[in-house]
Amino acid sequence: MPTKTYVQTTINGENVEFLCEPRQSLLECLRDVVQLTGSKEGCNDGNCGACTVMMDGRIVDSCLVLGVEAQGAKITTIEGIAPAGGLHPVQQAFLENAALQCGICTPGFIVSSKALLDKEPNPSEERIRFWLAGNLCRCTGYDKIVRAVEDASAKMSKGKKK
Amino acid sequence: MTTTYEHNVVLKSGDDKFKVIGTRPIRHDGADKVTGRALYGADFQTAGLLHGKILRSPHAHARIKSIDTSAAEKLPGVRAVVTAKDMPQTTGDVSMGEAGAQNVAFLRGNVLASGKALYKGHAVAAVAATSPHIAEEAIGLIKVDYEVLPAALTAPEAMKKGASILHSDLKMTEFGQKTNQVNNIATHFQHKKGDVEKGFKEADVVIEREFTTQTVHQGYIEPHNVAALWNQDGRLLIWCSTQGSFFVRNATAKVLDLPESQIRVTPMEIGGGFGGKINVYLEPVAALLSKKAGHRHVKMVMTRQEVFEGTGPTPGSYMKVKIGAKKNGKIVAAQSYLAFEAGAFPGSPVGAAAMCVFAPYDIANGLIDGYDVLVNKPKTAAYRAPGATHAAFAVETIVDEIAEKLKIDPLELRLMNAAKEGVRRVDGPVFPRIGCVEVLEAMKNHPHYKAPIKGKNVARGVAIGFWFNVGLQSSCTIAVNPDGTVNLTEGSTDIGGTRASLAMQAAEVLGIRAEDVHPTVVDTDSIGFTAVTGGSRVAFATGWAAYEAAQDVVKQMTARAAKIWGVEADSVEMVDGVFRSKTDTELKLSFKDLSEQLNDTGGPVIGRATVDPQGVGGSFAGNIVDVEVDPETGKTQVLRFTVVQDAGKAVHPSYVEGQMQGGSVQGIGWGLNEEYFYGSSGQMANPTFLDYRMPTTLDLPMIDTVIVEVANPGHPYGVRGVGEAPIVPPPAALANAVGHAVGVRMTKLPMSPGTIMEAVWQSKKK
Repeated sequence: MPTKTYVQTTINGENVEFLCEPRQSLLECLRDVVQLTGSKEGCNDGNCGACTVMMDGRIVDSCLVLGVEAQGAKITTIEGIAPAGGLHPVQQAFLENAALQCGICTPGFIVSSKALLDKEPNPSEERIRFWLAGNLCRCTGYDKIVRAVEDASAKMSKGKKK
Repeated sequence: MTTTYEHNVVLKSGDDKFKVIGTRPIRHDGADKVTGRALYGADFQTAGLLHGKILRSPHAHARIKSIDTSAAEKLPGVRAVVTAKDMPQTTGDVSMGEAGAQNVAFLRGNVLASGKALYKGHAVAAVAATSPHIAEEAIGLIKVDYEVLPAALTAPEAMKKGASILHSDLKMTEFGQKTNQVNNIATHFQHKKGDVEKGFKEADVVIEREFTTQTVHQGYIEPHNVAALWNQDGRLLIWCSTQGSFFVRNATAKVLDLPESQIRVTPMEIGGGFGGKINVYLEPVAALLSKKAGHRHVKMVMTRQEVFEGTGPTPGSYMKVKIGAKKNGKIVAAQSYLAFEAGAFPGSPVGAAAMCVFAPYDIANGLIDGYDVLVNKPKTAAYRAPGATHAAFAVETIVDEIAEKLKIDPLELRLMNAAKEGVRRVDGPVFPRIGCVEVLEAMKNHPHYKAPIKGKNVARGVAIGFWFNVGLQSSCTIAVNPDGTVNLTEGSTDIGGTRASLAMQAAEVLGIRAEDVHPTVVDTDSIGFTAVTGGSRVAFATGWAAYEAAQDVVKQMTARAAKIWGVEADSVEMVDGVFRSKTDTELKLSFKDLSEQLNDTGGPVIGRATVDPQGVGGSFAGNIVDVEVDPETGKTQVLRFTVVQDAGKAVHPSYVEGQMQGGSVQGIGWGLNEEYFYGSSGQMANPTFLDYRMPTTLDLPMIDTVIVEVANPGHPYGVRGVGEAPIVPPPAALANAVGHAVGVRMTKLPMSPGTIMEAVWQSKKK
């Protein structure tokens, strides 16, 4: 009897097919099966947000989703955030505002922050803090992360006005 | 809250002519880290990779009577099982830099338990299998017969007569001498200055209090990891996230009885360390599994629970501090009794705590007793200014109380007693030029300190803290490219942007842009010895190596220019990136133009340097914090937080601010919330991020910073290490703020709602 399940899904706009054990999480499938190691494992129980990905328009902790649940879904990981030929304004803002130190939480923060700005282009500081409370960072104290999201928000809405 | 001043201020020490130092370029590893491309230890992949898992003790203290691995070995997919029996019985010490030296037998005993399990989570056996799930199933099939023993869980408890003894063969060292006493005290030491009894007699006010703090974890988001291949040729290749690749090499060599040169350690990107990723836990185990499995690659990644229960933490402590002052505020005597939990093996940070405890003050009469106490908890590891935060919590609370009693402004009282150049610390060393006074002045002048305190249950607290930093050895090479850029190669793993700060120090010498330096952190085969990324030393010491290597490049290129021009080498100089003749203004070449000619005029140029700098600066950090405490629940909200720090010279101010802000928030978590909850049998009840709750975005305000630049005369650019000092004052500043808000002095960490309400109710009973 086969021990693995066939999954067909869309990751970062591309059709992806893989085999996984029913007990493997989406995070494990992304990292070990599909070799997209940009999503990080910090806790494997949905508390740190380092594995945050977009799944059908919502942010999810990919450690809390089973790989088989990706069947038919649309998934965006950190590897799919940058547009062709450059960085996303959120990524650029993280660099310019020194909003990362070790960088292990950064993929999760960038996926979450982009999801916020896609939904709400001009969030207040309080709203940013509320939205990002599911992502833990131990290095920065969050100050520069919140400022980077504010900066990206300002630059993105300025870009739209043009 | 609206503010009318800059959130991030740099107070420069005077005019400097730097072109690169002090600017804020984008870090060199930035693009990789915002796109998910950067490879951390757990990202290691290779064909045929095996996965290892560790079986850990469920008991805090137990004799291991037998281990039966036969069922695990028979599980399909299992390739190797190891226990302590597979490890050679080596002896000696492993140097850990700022964390001192560690006895190899203890290091081995922590890696895999032998004879006894000494804490819940102590590694007992390990398995390698074709998938992590099979390895996990396999460890469940290992049968261990334990005889459970009573556990000693706190320093005062473990020091009592009749306490359960962890190591029956370990004799107490007292005042530097081995005694014949076998107890749980590994070491008792004392520092003495002046006559403390006489000092207290002269005092008009004397305050003495007892303090306790709980075990807390460094809390890096990336769990410990390793991949190892013990190759058929005898070489052991290791890939891991570590603060010190050369330490991993040294420690693993000692534990496995190998020559160091037989091991190559490749440092992967590291997801936080804060001192907790210096020690080795998995590396020797993965190596043994690799060999036993037939020379296969074995990867091991800890779970979060394993990280909490098997690594770190920084210890709980019991402290008694007594300080006496004259009516005018002058401190005349200070005494402290510090008992720190070492965990299951000797080596708490009590030594460093004793060095820092009274460091911010000029004290004529002082006495410090330190005890390193064994308890049935994980072996403690360094955590950002190890020991100093505990000590500052106790001392700064009492200093604040003295100021309150004497009706003197708390910063004025600190200024009156502040340590400065030439002052001798109670533990002996005399301070070089330091910035304690400048930090206190900057706090006093800050708009935050002058702002009115508005609202019921709102109060302000201040505190200051010291960390001495370390120097140690670093190596660096710089190869010049024909296009006028350079490749900088170094051995300090980059946890928080140090590639940038090293590249900037080299660029300043070479007269090129920071972006024209390509820094790379390389493996232990590819660079000279470089001590750990710890002790706030990378920007200082490896930065110095980068500076020296760049000077070597300049020297060689100056000689080359002279050769090209056919003039004497000493008639050529380099100014602002241009090589020129001192006598003939026609003869000049830019760095870029000369670079282009190197290969054809005598060959490529590589600068190199190794350093062992002694002029460590030491750094002071101070906090002003406003809190609101809910009188019904005891919940504390941080309303405003300002951190002021003496950075010597901020190479990349954004990353210096980042250290200050990050250290502050770790200190806020330690002060208000974080602790290991232990049951009476020594099991940690909260080994997840849900229950070991570190600060989130929602818990915090912005963290305002003031960088005070008091140049360190012991560094070419005046750099002081900045990484650690900012964690020192926050719990103390919060304790003073909370104390003022509720009218009761806080003597226990963390100041969780329960702790605060308990203190309030106790005071009302009196």
